[in-house]
Amino acid sequence: MARDTNATRIRRELLIRLSRAIFRGELPERADRIPLEMLPRDGRGHGLRCCIHRERAILRYRAMAVLGFSVQDERDELKPLAEYAREALARKRRDPRLLTVLEDACSACVRSAFFVSNACRGCMAQGCALNCPKQAIRMEQGHAVIDPELCVNCGRCQDQCPFNAILRVPIPCEEACPAEAIGRAASGKQEIDPARCIACGKCMQACPFAAIAEQSELVEVLAALAAGQPRVALFAPALAAQFQAPLEQLVGALRRLGFCAVVEVAAGADRAAAAEARELEERLEAGDPFMTSSCCPAYTGLVAARLPALRPRVSGTPTPLAYAAAMAASQFPGVPRVFISPCLAKRREALGGCVEHVLTFEELGAALVAREIDVDACAAGPADLPASAAGRCFAAAGGVAAAVGAGGGAATESLSGLGPETLRRLRLYAAGKGPARFLEVMACEGGCIAGPCTLADPRVARRRVGTWSGGG
Amino acid sequence: MDTVTVTICAGTACVVMDGSRLMLLEEQLPPHLKGRVKLRGERCLELCHRQGAALAPHVLVQGEPMDQASFERIAARIEALLAAGS
Repeated sequence: MARDTNATRIRRELLIRLSRAIFRGELPERADRIPLEMLPRDGRGHGLRCCIHRERAILRYRAMAVLGFSVQDERDELKPLAEYAREALARKRRDPRLLTVLEDACSACVRSAFFVSNACRGCMAQGCALNCPKQAIRMEQGHAVIDPELCVNCGRCQDQCPFNAILRVPIPCEEACPAEAIGRAASGKQEIDPARCIACGKCMQACPFAAIAEQSELVEVLAALAAGQPRVALFAPALAAQFQAPLEQLVGALRRLGFCAVVEVAAGADRAAAAEARELEERLEAGDPFMTSSCCPAYTGLVAARLPALRPRVSGTPTPLAYAAAMAASQFPGVPRVFISPCLAKRREALGGCVEHVLTFEELGAALVAREIDVDACAAGPADLPASAAGRCFAAAGGVAAAVGAGGGAATESLSGLGPETLRRLRLYAAGKGPARFLEVMACEGGCIAGPCTLADPRVARRRVGTWSGGG
Repeated sequence: MDTVTVTICAGTACVVMDGSRLMLLEEQLPPHLKGRVKLRGERCLELCHRQGAALAPHVLVQGEPMDQASFERIAARIEALLAAGS
């Protein structure tokens, strides 16, 4: 969660203001005023980009995403947020897309991954220009210049330069994506290929302009709660690590927010751990060399797309969310379920049909603030479907391996983060050379507590998880 | 003055406005300030009810409230207090 705090604060303030407007039943009336209120003419906090008007315009696009729309779909720049708000309040189904690129924020980034520095001597050989397959390099006043509109980032110019004058400038979102799903499209804009995207959220976290935003369903969920319609909350284990208050008070806070019932997804994790331990035993008896975890959909997505040799090794056990969703459906038939998620990957899993709605930790936090609910001041009580400490510890890396491997005594390994080191390790397992019999993999470094939509610093959250392992 | 007491608000509004990281203040301080700060976590200090939490996270540095607290701003205030007190 190495996020720019300024961008984080702006996003969360916007979520709080929109949540408040929803709860007060005045979203269409308030929506267009919010960017102006957040950036008043005489206020502090602007001056980041060119002017206050541009900042407000970007905030308006952020609000569009929170209301659930894709910025790419905008056809009329004059369409007020009020109209988007009314459409959001009336819609029956959310847009299946998860992320939208805010072009006006993105356009401030580097346009080409290669840049000619002052070390260029304007040499006679001009190997850079001659070897460029797109004729993107021309000489200007004795200095090579790359035209970003033509450059395709192949890097041949860099290989040719005898002075090492050509620098590779990393484009943060592309560097961070483990699935090669984001890049510059023919239109010249950054685009996410939905077929490749594994919804890990790394691009969103990496972008220093916060130009990649989630398409939320905040409106659907909060409007239903405000109207007193019954909704059951299913919260991911990592949620309890976001606050310093005991888990039972968090349950109280969810009830005060308007949820008629509260389910710990950790209860589903307890069942998943038992089933996965049985599956591991069976697989090892049948001669499988090892098995790998199935609970992180960004990881299983990466396996499906990029690591075919690992595919048969992925556990077939349903995820904790799938178990918890089924338990909630039988206990509270017909009540729409809202999963409280630390990440986008789980949002995508939920969109596959296992629950009706998703709120992220950030969105839930904003809703609590909008309602002036302090978790620490809420009455404590157990969830309707409570969990064991082992299930709750699925929140942090190592928790799944500990729960699954505990009984059988099989050697386990836990990997987290989808950086180069993890990918190297995964290729080792794909080649059949991994040492462990059970391999847990989490897309986020440190596990779900470090998800892209969490609230607390992962190191602080990790300490909280550490206090649970002894408890009941 | 030997040490400065910093009270970090652990209320929900401050956590939502990215205040939890302030709990790591001790490890973020420049070397010459280490050991000169007494850190306490506290329930909601009720400083968030103005401007709809936009000014969170809040802390108290030697009892004095600070809005939009960051490592840098807290460290600067500690530095000033220690300089004034010595």
